[in-house]
Amino acid sequence: MDIGKDLVAASATPLILAIVAEGDTYGYAILKRVGELSAGQLQWTDGMLYPVLHRLEKNGHIEGRWGLSETGRRRKYYCITERGQSELSAQRKQWQTVDAALRNIWFAALNPGELTAILTFARG
Amino acid sequence: MTTSDVENALELQIEQWRSYLRRRRGIHQMDVEELEDHLREQIARLVDAGLSPDEAFVVAVKRMGAQDEIANEFAREHSDRLWKQLIVASHAADPADGESRREMVVVFALAIAAALAFKLPQLFGFGMTDENAPFYVRNITLFVLPLLAGYFIWKRAMDVSIRRWVALAFVAAAVVANIFPFARPGGPAGTPSDTELLLAMHLPIALWLVVGVAYVAGRWRDSAARMNYVRFSGELFIYYVLIALGGGVLVAFTLGMYAAIGVNAESAVQEWLIPSGALAAVIVGSWLVEAKQSVIENMAPVLTRLFTPLFAAMLILFLGTMAWSGRGIEIERNILIAFDLLLVLVLALLLYSVSARDPHAPRDTFDFLLVALVISALIAVAVALAAIAARISELGSTPNRMAALGMNVVLLANLGGSALLYIRFLSGRGSFVPVERWQTAYLPVYGAWAAFVVIVFPPLFGYR
Repeated sequence: MDIGKDLVAASATPLILAIVAEGDTYGYAILKRVGELSAGQLQWTDGMLYPVLHRLEKNGHIEGRWGLSETGRRRKYYCITERGQSELSAQRKQWQTVDAALRNIWFAALNPGELTAILTFARG
Repeated sequence: MTTSDVENALELQIEQWRSYLRRRRGIHQMDVEELEDHLREQIARLVDAGLSPDEAFVVAVKRMGAQDEIANEFAREHSDRLWKQLIVASHAADPADGESRREMVVVFALAIAAALAFKLPQLFGFGMTDENAPFYVRNITLFVLPLLAGYFIWKRAMDVSIRRWVALAFVAAAVVANIFPFARPGGPAGTPSDTELLLAMHLPIALWLVVGVAYVAGRWRDSAARMNYVRFSGELFIYYVLIALGGGVLVAFTLGMYAAIGVNAESAVQEWLIPSGALAAVIVGSWLVEAKQSVIENMAPVLTRLFTPLFAAMLILFLGTMAWSGRGIEIERNILIAFDLLLVLVLALLLYSVSARDPHAPRDTFDFLLVALVISALIAVAVALAAIAARISELGSTPNRMAALGMNVVLLANLGGSALLYIRFLSGRGSFVPVERWQTAYLPVYGAWAAFVVIVFPPLFGYR
């Protein structure tokens, strides 16, 4: 499934923040996690992740530091900051609001047949 | 192929990818490293999944995305990077960093040396008094240009033979500047004689070409190297003017603030701050031009682009007005110098346009504008010279007039030749290369004429 560019861009920030909030991580692992979370449906161009990470870092939402990978290569790890935590909860509220509104309209827009099916299913 | 062959091939591919990425604006060394770590991990996973390293590389690069787009994203994220790229020492991880720091130390040492060199004669009781003013006027460039040449010699690590020639030229210049028994004309103490002033004005031109030999590391026969030196000179001039403006502000504040506490700092400013700063700025300006040459757009060609049409329009209007009103050029004392300056200006516009032009680009409107500028300047100067020639005997052949006339001839010859070659190019009978070659081939002529004035004029005119 192709997800529109704007939607991908908009959802990138909360996704990345939430993944970094799970624990210190780095670019490649973040992308892998996005793949897992979306069952492979959400595909970013790999290189585009890094400018977003750098923006979050500049805004003080995450913090980068250079360390070493298990093979001894230099690698940049990111961890979330306090500001990042509060940004994440703010974003979560916003997305939940959007999500709830969308759910309601999806539900209201169902045609009678679908509605009956769902209701039957809910009643068991 | 053995395993190590495959690994080497992969390393080579990664190396190439990295160097392409490194060249993008807005992407720094650190970003490249971060992306490379990503690329390598991706390749490792793909190889684990059964792809060959070659295939894995192709897939990983493809997933990374087009370099243009990544670079644009980075540039948008770090828009500041597109502006202030002239950070002399940026990242601790940058391997070139140690070198640039060493260069900075050398440059500041040389700048301080230039500032102090100017005060050296004072130690030997040769202070900046009115009587000694002619000495300082003659020697001012000798305090700094040898150091500047030394900077290039250090930076380019050149042969002993070139070093020896450059050093010899400076020693010869110092001797010539100080052995002539110049006459002391009347007037207030410390007024230099005419030929002495001519020497002071022409010596820097000759020495500037000596610095050029050091700049091009002895490749002074090479037209491209000479053109680089021309570009360098133009940029240095612009930087110098900017530094001087800042220096002026510094001087004004120094004077004003000391005045506020009732201390007169004027003599300290005049004897220390201004001369030492002016000399040190030559070194620092040169270093800035060197450091930023590939990072920031050259300013001199931009200015020539702006002013060539304006000067061309001004000159054509002037000639039109002169023809229409029937007025001749009034011959007065400084007319030759005024036209010298006009020629220098037109030549500079031409030179810096040529220096920035791709020799293989087809002709465009700007080329026609340049030729119009050169030809109108030639006509204006020819009219003036014709008027002067008629009265030269009546005016008398003073050293100043002869020097100005000689410079006029030197510049006219250059512009005449340029106009001919340029017209050949515009009419499709030749390429642009000869136009550029002509300018670089002509450079030693300025030096030769300047050296001639320095060495021959004082004895010729009896040191008056």
